[in-house]
Amino acid sequence: MNLESWLGLLIVVFTALGIGLFSGRKVRASHPAVLRKIPAINRLRRAIGVSVEDGSRVHLSLGSADLNDATNPSALVGLSVLHRIGQLSSSGDQPPVATSGDGGFALLSKDVLSAVASETNTRESYDPNQAFLTGVTPFSYELGAMDVIAESGVRTNVLVGQFGAESGFLAAATTEHADYTLAASDSIVAQSVFLASGQDTLIGEELFALPAYLGYKPAHIASLRVQDLLRLLVGFGLILGAILSVTGVG
Amino acid sequence: MKFINIVIAILSGVIVLLGYFLHLPGIQSIRTSLRDGGVILCGVAGLVAILNLVFGVHWKRARQDHPGKSYSILLIVAFLLTLVSGIFLGPSNPGFQKLVTHVQVPVESSLMALLAFTLVFSALKVLQRHRNWEGGIFFLSIIVFLVLNSGVLAFTSDIPVLRGLLSFFHQVPVAGARGILLGIALGSLVTGVRVLIGTDRPYNG
Repeated sequence: MNLESWLGLLIVVFTALGIGLFSGRKVRASHPAVLRKIPAINRLRRAIGVSVEDGSRVHLSLGSADLNDATNPSALVGLSVLHRIGQLSSSGDQPPVATSGDGGFALLSKDVLSAVASETNTRESYDPNQAFLTGVTPFSYELGAMDVIAESGVRTNVLVGQFGAESGFLAAATTEHADYTLAASDSIVAQSVFLASGQDTLIGEELFALPAYLGYKPAHIASLRVQDLLRLLVGFGLILGAILSVTGVG
Repeated sequence: MKFINIVIAILSGVIVLLGYFLHLPGIQSIRTSLRDGGVILCGVAGLVAILNLVFGVHWKRARQDHPGKSYSILLIVAFLLTLVSGIFLGPSNPGFQKLVTHVQVPVESSLMALLAFTLVFSALKVLQRHRNWEGGIFFLSIIVFLVLNSGVLAFTSDIPVLRGLLSFFHQVPVAGARGILLGIALGSLVTGVRVLIGTDRPYNG
């Protein structure tokens, strides 16, 4: 086992222990988290509230991430967001609808909506067809999701997951049909497309803060603290590397 | 039952992760089997999701008075045709490949062309949509980097000061992208660990 492997394992263990530690009741009580304001997420909360009141539907798009690929954490965040949106909109007439571009994520989103229906005693309004695959290639996925966005009853859209340049179609559809759209992706291309299209866009790691800001679970706020610690470590490492490089050591 | 699901998921995740770091033959063989199983499960999930799309969503639309009824019928017919020809000819058959690619490639190419117009239109409307300092900087960046990458400033390569300045400007977006990617990498790591230790469970039904 080489140094890189040890270091990798150490980072994973450190992250797991950090999440466990900061999730603890004692630490949360003695050192409450202070979150900076992200206005876009406040607007999303308000939009979910409005959709509950006016009986419209929230659409969550998970993008084209592949469940069997290492680039899927953005869609996993999307599933957490779907769970929370399901909880927040459970008092409304219309449960959320979820679309995805991968079979695995389509089944997982069905499972999430089923779990929400059980938790909130709204089994009677649960329809397994509220979460579905709209296409297996990025373009076919986008076109299928556009169809859902254009449907009457969907006024709020949350696009959280992996998207490419083709997300320009989704952005155009939401501009035309939706009252509010929040977009977040791990792809820099998609972030710039969403920003240019005028959607509320989360940049960079703000995507991973979404469940914590929606008040999902203590572990999500703990994750943000661990992320901050890791960022400090990486920053320190970069500065140290630059100094060593300039001074000619190593 | 829920508890057993969670234990199986966490154990599988830990073994696959350990196999990534520890190159021990025992762990490697279990890791390979688990990953192969995962790939098969993803394939089956894909099939189930496609069948659900065709018969759960579009079949229902085709039977109801839905505005997109005709498209749903077209999708079902195209799906059945592809499925039947795929089963009889085989997915690697050149005729079948030609049939699929001769439909899919032109459609996606024309969509790509359409996308170019959509994106240019979005870029033109940036200032109209973002009437704040962020929008101004974003718009200014678009103009500056369009000019820089267009090649109209190629003559400056003979002037050392301008060459250095342009090289600096070419590095700016790379530095910004690296900063964003670093944040995304850390977020991905923490999200993955959360699923691994079972605090996030998108599989509990």
